[in-house]
Amino acid sequence: MRAPDTNEILLQVEGVSLAFGGVKALRDVSFDIRKGEIRAIIGPNGAGKTSMLNVINGFYHPNHGAITFKGRTRAQMQPFEASRGGIARTFQNVALFKGMSALDNIMAGRTLKMRRGLLWQMLRYGPALAEEIEHRHRVEEIIDFLEIEAIRKVPVARLPYGLQKRVELGRALAMEPDLLLLDEPMAGMNLEEKEDMSRFIIDVNNHYGTTIALIEHDMAVVMDLSHRVAVLDHGVKIADGTPDEVKENQAVIDAYLGVAH
Amino acid sequence: MLYREAGQFKTTYAEDMAIFPIRQDRIALGILLGIAFVGVPLLATFHIWPFNSEYLLWAILLPFLILALAAIGVNILVGYCGQISLGSGAFMAIGAYSAYKLGTGVHIPLAWFGFAISIPPLPVLPSILLGGLMAAIAGILFGIPSLRIKGLYLAVATLAAQFFFDWVFLRVPWFTNYAPSGSVNAPRLDFFGLAVNTPIERYLLCLIFITVFAVLAKNLVRGNLGRQWMAIRDMDIAAELIGIRPLYAKLTAFAVSSFIIGVAGALWAFVYLGSWEPLAFSIDRSLQLLFMVIIGGLGSIMGSFVGAAFILILPIMLNLIPTQLGVPLSTETITHLEFIIFGSLICYLLIKEPHGFARLISIGKEKLRLWPFPY
Repeated sequence: MRAPDTNEILLQVEGVSLAFGGVKALRDVSFDIRKGEIRAIIGPNGAGKTSMLNVINGFYHPNHGAITFKGRTRAQMQPFEASRGGIARTFQNVALFKGMSALDNIMAGRTLKMRRGLLWQMLRYGPALAEEIEHRHRVEEIIDFLEIEAIRKVPVARLPYGLQKRVELGRALAMEPDLLLLDEPMAGMNLEEKEDMSRFIIDVNNHYGTTIALIEHDMAVVMDLSHRVAVLDHGVKIADGTPDEVKENQAVIDAYLGVAH
Repeated sequence: MLYREAGQFKTTYAEDMAIFPIRQDRIALGILLGIAFVGVPLLATFHIWPFNSEYLLWAILLPFLILALAAIGVNILVGYCGQISLGSGAFMAIGAYSAYKLGTGVHIPLAWFGFAISIPPLPVLPSILLGGLMAAIAGILFGIPSLRIKGLYLAVATLAAQFFFDWVFLRVPWFTNYAPSGSVNAPRLDFFGLAVNTPIERYLLCLIFITVFAVLAKNLVRGNLGRQWMAIRDMDIAAELIGIRPLYAKLTAFAVSSFIIGVAGALWAFVYLGSWEPLAFSIDRSLQLLFMVIIGGLGSIMGSFVGAAFILILPIMLNLIPTQLGVPLSTETITHLEFIIFGSLICYLLIKEPHGFARLISIGKEKLRLWPFPY
């Protein structure tokens, strides 16, 4: 894949360490994400990949280190502050609002963009209705883009897994994020669904210019999609570079295949 | 075959987002409203069956309307926002007693500071609405624990509100204007110079209240705030990560819900009971309201109506049927039977359809749309 033209750094992680009691999930991890790129974070199970995402969007607070996002450095923040700043994410095991339709789930992603207060919403007239319709337009564009028109009114609990993942991506896209974190977007999918999802990820990156950080176990997908790959193992970053560089890296091969001691 | 949406094309998002997007539903609703607003009062005025006596209006329709309103309030909190509350009776009481105090004049002697706050008696409508507002404030205060505790533990915390306010209204004579018996009388019902006295007038008053509140509540739950509530209910972590503040979402749910329950409480006291004691708003009332929304359908405005109808009408039917069939039963046996049948019906319903009647109705509608060709 062609790398983005700019080298402007959107997110910089510096010396982040995170421990749960005696378990050290992350040890002094540093890397950066450039504006407009697709950045993969890979590693064997338990390497600390999801913890890393949770640190980035404020769900975990690191014990050490700092994170600079869009030029602002902070040690910790709350999840809703991260979303306000323009970080969206999807989850490893789908975290949709099960009782709501696909449409409502994606509409919920527009929450931060909607301004009308309680009284206006209660009347649902004039400006409130206009706002609702305006956001519905934006959401319908996303629905169109993800090709889920047919299921927009279906409660998400009834949808198959692959479609749920797509709705979840839609909800994250509805936030119009600057940085999109995808936690194993293809886990549990068949080949066809994986291809669809890859296409959407590339399109999101090309079309909306969204910077994407993704965690994925399927190496073929990772190597094809991403511009740069960071490899974690036991909470330590062992490699960082283009897919080709990482593929040749001895530490990475050892981490994945094991090594005789 | 009559219930079809084929051929009804929606060309704007506004049409698609209507409460009843299918024409047949709109017609049915129109007929229902026509019966409620015109048919019932006409029949009752001329004492035509089934309104030969005032029993149906007084003992069934009036409590049904008011409790359905309260059930809408409970449903917003429990059904839409997922915060279990056992304190609904207390919020009804707050609405009722605040409206009573405001309707009869508030006098707070502040002897220490050497002056007193006095508010002259307000008209009935502002008293009722301000009663709802007081309930909303209490709701926000007792909703604060919901930011830390969830589920059953929250239910126990709201139970504290129930017992606290039961005690307050029983033991603090200021709230009952020092009435020696603890029972208080509602002020004269007077709306903009129109006296509301007869059962028909009372029925129409409650009907107007519930129609307006049902529409406003429906607008809220299908708007942005409603989505925030449901998001908190379904998955609070994901909700937070898309920018929903749990503090705001939960406390608005408590406020709106308590406001509606408070207004229902004021109506219950002023319009239905006339004179009442704190017992009218005991824990039994809270549980009754909770059953209504569970049986009617959590997260459904229509379910609140169905649940209220079921809970109110079923005991009456159970009383009437043996008498009609000519089976002689002692009153005690009837009461026992009522409990047994009622309990087992609730168990059966909850096992068969945990989402209540509202879900059954929507499944029925879905089937009906395809009937008789289910593909």
